[in-house]
Amino acid sequence: MGRAPDQEELDQQELDQQELDLSDLEEGLDPTVPAPAVDDSVREAGERRWTPAKIGLWVGISLLGAVAWFMLALVRGETVNAIWFVFAAVCTYLIGYRFYSKVIERYLLKPDDHRATPAEYKADGKDYVRTDRNVLFGHHFAAIAGAGPLVGPVIAAQMGYLPGTIWIIIGVVLAGAVQDYLVMFFSMRRGGRSLGQMAREELGVIGGTAALVATLLIMIIIVAILALVVVNALGESPWGVFSVGMTIPIALFMGVYLRFIRPGKVMEVSIIGFVLLMAAIIGGGAVAGTEWGAAFFHLDKVTIAWGLIVYGFIAAILPVWLLLAPRDYLSTFMKIGVIVMLALAIIVVRPEITVPAFSEFAGRENGPVFSGALFPFLFVTIACGALSGFHALISSGTTPKLIEKERQTRFIGYGGMLMESFVAIMALVAAISIDRGIYFAMNAPLALTGGTVESAAQWVNSLGLANVNITPDVLAQTAKDVGEESIISRSGGAPTLAVGLAHIMQQFVGGPGMMAFWYHFAIMFEALFILTAVDAGTRVARFMLQDSIGNFVPKFKEASWRPGAWLCTAIMVGAWGAVLLMGVTDPLGGINTLFPLFGIANQLLAAIALAVCLAICAKRGVFKWLWIVAIPLAFVAVVTITASFHKIFSPVPAVGYFANNQAFSKALADGKTEFGTAKTVAAMEAVVRNTAIQGVLSVIFVTLSIIVIVAALLATIKAIRAGGGQDHEDPAVPSKVFAPAGLIPTTAEKVLLAEWDALPAENRTQKAAHH
Amino acid sequence: MNAVAKGLRGFATYMGSLMGADAYSKYLEHFNAGGHAGPAMTEREFWRDRMDRQDSNPQGRCC
Repeated sequence: MGRAPDQEELDQQELDQQELDLSDLEEGLDPTVPAPAVDDSVREAGERRWTPAKIGLWVGISLLGAVAWFMLALVRGETVNAIWFVFAAVCTYLIGYRFYSKVIERYLLKPDDHRATPAEYKADGKDYVRTDRNVLFGHHFAAIAGAGPLVGPVIAAQMGYLPGTIWIIIGVVLAGAVQDYLVMFFSMRRGGRSLGQMAREELGVIGGTAALVATLLIMIIIVAILALVVVNALGESPWGVFSVGMTIPIALFMGVYLRFIRPGKVMEVSIIGFVLLMAAIIGGGAVAGTEWGAAFFHLDKVTIAWGLIVYGFIAAILPVWLLLAPRDYLSTFMKIGVIVMLALAIIVVRPEITVPAFSEFAGRENGPVFSGALFPFLFVTIACGALSGFHALISSGTTPKLIEKERQTRFIGYGGMLMESFVAIMALVAAISIDRGIYFAMNAPLALTGGTVESAAQWVNSLGLANVNITPDVLAQTAKDVGEESIISRSGGAPTLAVGLAHIMQQFVGGPGMMAFWYHFAIMFEALFILTAVDAGTRVARFMLQDSIGNFVPKFKEASWRPGAWLCTAIMVGAWGAVLLMGVTDPLGGINTLFPLFGIANQLLAAIALAVCLAICAKRGVFKWLWIVAIPLAFVAVVTITASFHKIFSPVPAVGYFANNQAFSKALADGKTEFGTAKTVAAMEAVVRNTAIQGVLSVIFVTLSIIVIVAALLATIKAIRAGGGQDHEDPAVPSKVFAPAGLIPTTAEKVLLAEWDALPAENRTQKAAHH
Repeated sequence: MNAVAKGLRGFATYMGSLMGADAYSKYLEHFNAGGHAGPAMTEREFWRDRMDRQDSNPQGRCC
């Protein structure tokens, strides 16, 4: 994370020579090239000119959005068409992007295109490279979107579709996209510094250290629970194990191909990899159909978890070119493809949704998929897609080093997150397009469903859900359709999404005969995203640990020192591996108790990121607009701290970790040999152990986060009293390049672009400082 | 038909730069613009260097 390249110090000397105050930027202009920015008055005049066509367009978008929300929220028919989800989401995003993010830009961040971005003033052709805004949009999107937005909304669907839909769409506009945009902008102004470095600068030693430790712990939890999703999807699934397992040799082959056979032919190798991947999915069906294949690849969850832990360690110490980089290519390729395809399919197929807006579980706190009341637990169950703290780690660091012009951060940061939110909405639609009976049979823990189609059907029907009457035959037939032995208690979200996606996609391409293919296609890409995140997360966490230990034992800071690297990798893998095994063996149904912890961890990271942004904004002296940061910060702080307190202090065993711990401890002390869903003494002991660990983790998270938030509030108050504070931005350097800010250039931007295009090519590229 | 081919080609170019296939040409562009001493890295050297630098400078991937 944000490790300073050696180059930086050299560049700094040059910067000092070039250093100019903001007010001097205009005078620092190069007279031989056109202006690096559209004149402020011209740009503002353009933004404020409302032609009838423009007014008509926005009235139309608003009306369509209003109708869509009306259909979703107020009309209570038997069914609602999926297309309304698309319209409600897209219209709200457009309005949020055009109006709210513009307010943030104009009054809070005030980007200045006369200033060079790090990609310009630190250009090195490698890490700092000016990148076309549309390419960087896709690049950033591929880095932030993974399995998270595909899983959370599925689990949250227990409460009905409306709470999740509102939170995903409104949450992203007012919170998630704001966080990403702010963090990206501030990191860009600081030469691409990481969130951890910014926290240390802005909040001092205590706040900074708490932020670092919290980040590290949160990463461990997030990696562990993502891994748990994969394990749950692959357990007892020979087809899935074979095809996902094949991604490893495919990636190795791609790595060798790129290193030794055709270096740099990224597209070529990605297409080859994609074809091999499809072959692995189709081949998986054939292999799972044979007797030996079914026997050999039929693995229980504990075995898969151990496999994943060993794999995680090896993958994190292998060179990047061999496994991580090629799989990342494959993952990016799949990501863009899948999302375009899913959007097309939903628009073409337009499935009818029979799930109610609010389900029977919306008003209760004992739902079988995740426990806890709607507030606050819905808001932590859906993290990615509405507000994801993890993005702060991506938005600081990598992307800011590639941005061409300051104004583009709105499109890339805010817009990129809107795109992820749309993915979450599509995942929600896919998951709720399947029958509710199947949904609950798939997502409830084994202890409730009993594991057979008969017991599961009986349990689901006993829930007394409206319009739900499932037969064992339907459950058996669904499993058969998707090429699995069973779909009972396939919790974790991924298999449910895969069934929903297969259901939609087979109507789009291939018909019912293709359902098994589409199911395993979905499992494959989710596993691919998660494995990439596990790999990268382990590596990033290992470097953070090495850096931290390096403060005491300097030798650890040397990235090339093998024993240090291996030891830190082992610690990190051991930590998430332990949580993973705990989840896999948990008698209460691991994902059902652990997923809230994932959401809480992710949202606490968001609270930390927003707190840092609040302090920075206060130091910039824009007190009147601080509410833009304060509102999402207050909301997420209340949600996560309340959720943590529920998890820590709730007397209801289904919700509170310690209440559950005590209930099971007491049962053991009373000499009982089975209690609740734990049928043996060993299982009861496991529950006591797991709940204690989960409870302690919750306490640590919430304590660290409160320290960071308090530190940020103190810094903010201090800045408000002093009328501002020290800013840690890099010195302003005049820009000598121009590029439009958004997807479509405005008229004024086109005029300026034409001036730049008229310039001879050798004058157009910025002359880099001499190295 | 021509428009379709053009659109597909544009999409392929976009995907290529999205995945970083044009990294070497961008490096050369930067190198040639900057009056550096010594020859530029060859394509093979460049890609090795790029991958090896990632070993000690990992990029996060989100959930």
